[in-house]
Amino acid sequence: MNDGLSTIEQQITSDYKYGFTSNLEADQAPKGLNEDIIRFISGRKKEPEWMLEWRLKAYRNWLKMEVPDWANIKYPAVDFQDIIYYSAPKQSKKLNSLDEIDPELRRTFEKLGISLDEQKRLSGVAVDAVIDSVSVATTFREQLGELGIIFCSISEAIQEHPELIKKYIGSVVPMTDNFYAALNSAVFTDGSFCYIPKGVRCPMELSTYFRINAENTGQFERTLIVAEEGSYVSYLEGCTAPMRDENQLHAAVVELVAMDHAEIKYSTVQNWYPGDKEGKGGIYNFVTKRGICAGVHSKISWTQVETGSAVTWKYPSCILKGDHSIGEFYSVAVTNHHQQADTGTKMIHLGKNTRSRIVSKGISAGVSHNSYRGLVSVAKNASNARNFSQCDSLLLGDRCGAHTFPYIEVKNNTAQVEHEATTSKIGEDQIFYCNQRGIDTETAVALIVNGFAKEVMNQLPMEFAVEAQKLLAITLEGSVG
Amino acid sequence: MSTINIIKDKARELGTTQADALQPIRSAALASFDKLGVPAVKHEEWKYTRISQLFNQSYKIGTDTVDSKLNWELFRLPEFETANELVFINGVYNAAASTVRSAGLVVLPLEEAAKGEYASIVSKHLGHSAEYLKDGINALNTSFLVGGVFIGVNRSTEIEHPVYIYTINDGRAENVFAQPRTLVHVAANAGVMFVETYGSIGHADHFTNQVMEVVVEQDARIEYYKIQNDHAGASLVSTTHFRQVGKSYVHAVTISLNGAMVRNNLNMVMEAEYCESNMYGLYFTSDSCHVDNHTIVDNAKPHCLSNEYYKGILDGASTGVFNGKIFVRQDAQKINAFQSNKNILLSDTASVYTKPQLEIFADDVKCSHGCTIGRLDEEGLFYLRSRGITEATAKSLLLHSFAVDILEQVKPDAIRVYIDQLISERLGSYYGNAYPI
Repeated sequence: MNDGLSTIEQQITSDYKYGFTSNLEADQAPKGLNEDIIRFISGRKKEPEWMLEWRLKAYRNWLKMEVPDWANIKYPAVDFQDIIYYSAPKQSKKLNSLDEIDPELRRTFEKLGISLDEQKRLSGVAVDAVIDSVSVATTFREQLGELGIIFCSISEAIQEHPELIKKYIGSVVPMTDNFYAALNSAVFTDGSFCYIPKGVRCPMELSTYFRINAENTGQFERTLIVAEEGSYVSYLEGCTAPMRDENQLHAAVVELVAMDHAEIKYSTVQNWYPGDKEGKGGIYNFVTKRGICAGVHSKISWTQVETGSAVTWKYPSCILKGDHSIGEFYSVAVTNHHQQADTGTKMIHLGKNTRSRIVSKGISAGVSHNSYRGLVSVAKNASNARNFSQCDSLLLGDRCGAHTFPYIEVKNNTAQVEHEATTSKIGEDQIFYCNQRGIDTETAVALIVNGFAKEVMNQLPMEFAVEAQKLLAITLEGSVG
Repeated sequence: MSTINIIKDKARELGTTQADALQPIRSAALASFDKLGVPAVKHEEWKYTRISQLFNQSYKIGTDTVDSKLNWELFRLPEFETANELVFINGVYNAAASTVRSAGLVVLPLEEAAKGEYASIVSKHLGHSAEYLKDGINALNTSFLVGGVFIGVNRSTEIEHPVYIYTINDGRAENVFAQPRTLVHVAANAGVMFVETYGSIGHADHFTNQVMEVVVEQDARIEYYKIQNDHAGASLVSTTHFRQVGKSYVHAVTISLNGAMVRNNLNMVMEAEYCESNMYGLYFTSDSCHVDNHTIVDNAKPHCLSNEYYKGILDGASTGVFNGKIFVRQDAQKINAFQSNKNILLSDTASVYTKPQLEIFADDVKCSHGCTIGRLDEEGLFYLRSRGITEATAKSLLLHSFAVDILEQVKPDAIRVYIDQLISERLGSYYGNAYPI
């Protein structure tokens, strides 16, 4: 049709480019889940007793919970006993430099286009690469260490900073929060931990690449970011996964804690294997992400570009507890073929003068279903709360669906809450308007598509925006028209 | 024995005493009520309206005989002298009190309609709302299908006199549980206007569970106004289900001013191309009044237009719930659907729960929804104050103008003036009669 739309269509019709399996030797737990498996995981990670107890408690809670069925998604029931809960690439010793890394692993990264050393040299991004479940390389640690920033895998943090982990883990997403959060709390194998001390502005974007590697391995990441008073951090999370037939379960938990005047910016590009055109295979992505603005004037900002996964169930949320705190949520979700996405956010206004902003853009194509589900809640004592939400959907094709489920609960009369949503295809009147002004149809469509997602894409950090554009293939600026 | 069991027993008893054409429908509904039960908080559509608490007290089931000397005339709407008046007392149609003036307007007991010339219409359309409202409350009404009424408007007839429907409960002695049921059939190219209101005599608590199903044929036009201003002990679930089977026009306005727990289900099922429906609502509540407006617009065919605009003013410890669903089915292209919900909170203890929901399966559509929640506009107040208008008058003026958007959708003058008076009285009680209308 034209450049702008065809790039989207290319993305939509293209096969998954990042599907390949690395032949890494994996150290695996037997299939299934019971207390012994949890002990096995905890043992492998050489965890202290309190951590094991915490995991077991979560597991016992999980046993009592039921699989949530309220989301607008359909998928065959997951057999939780048919999953390998622990798998680590064989690694005999800790590495000091990237050169020591398994060459197979290096090639995997290169195929992904995120060669570690190149990133290290050129982009100034510290990468804590996670292949399957164990961190194999952490760069820039020393440089960050000078500022007092802790950026390491969560298993290391459990060993080295138990007081911080004890204090914050489960403080934002309690182990009883929901079915998948409980499961994650019981069996999480790795993830990142980030601690920004008082008054420190993190000089670089922190980034972790998650990859799912061994066959039949559920990935249970746990990320915890704590920003102390007056600090700032921008954290990037990006995902690509190998092509495979069996559905894989991913149930991550991300917790953010922002103290007085602190700011956390969390960006995600998610491009896991969405299944083939018939809807076979693909990742199940059931993620619990939540941040708490614990201190006054704190800010948490979520930005996500969701293009992958067969089923997505994800609601990055903000609890605005501190007075004058700010929560933001920017999202672009693209679904195609048989993909299903039920995503959105929760903004819980508890403190006074809190503000939140939600911008969600959904693009559905093929026979996919894209839902926005959000909650804006203003508690009784949250005076002068302000919220603005906008969720727009663009439909490409007549067999797909776009759904909006915004819940708004206001219990304070000083609150000002606005919500607006639209669903449309590219309007003929819009094109006509451009045509009238001498812009040809091709350019007009490009312009409109550009504009549709721009508000969100603009929120991504520069380095990541490039990545996002590559993955999305909605090449916005400069490549259309 | 719990209230629910008493109700079930009563419904079973109906099965033995009433052996008419409707009995299979009743027993099927009872079986479905047995299965579904009363919606609990977990039921998504009843999340904010805890209907089950209404079953904690005992009621007189409203199929018993009524007092013929009941003074229901109290609730008569303006210009009733030239209107058709249909009166339901304790959920049962009362032919003696009712007046049918217009030629072309057929009013029959449902049991009779089910076997006469309207039998096919009744069997085809009665209970259609259950497909959209899959909960025990709807089934419960159907399981008590006694004393309902069939209203038919003949082909190509413009009903000159409005049809006033009064739902009256006699609560002088005991609590009443009333379940009126109406099936309306508006034949091709006919036009009719309904105004519905509710009233209670005596101060006992009531629970009215009403279902009205309206079938709109090709080129038919309907105006429908609902005025709810009952006392604070009167709870109401009022379901109005429009089924547009031909290209037609529906204009519905719901005004809720008082009551205990009021739930309005308004459905627009557009089964033909080029249907148009407008849904307007105003809720102005205080004290512990709870008003819940649930609407469903189902666009099953292309080229339909729907407009939805609900406004709320909430004072005291009142609660407003708005849940608007718009479905656009696959192949229902070229749909225009608009939805808007605006709320003003006047007190610290009032709350609003709103959920404007879109479910869209077709690509060539224009759907939008929006909602706002806030206080009275500070700038507007300042503007008026700076021109020497007292604060009370300014607030009264602003609230009145907020309501006018909906009020002006009430087309018959007499009814509009009547509602306007109710609103002005309410504003007067807040801010004094500084702003006489």
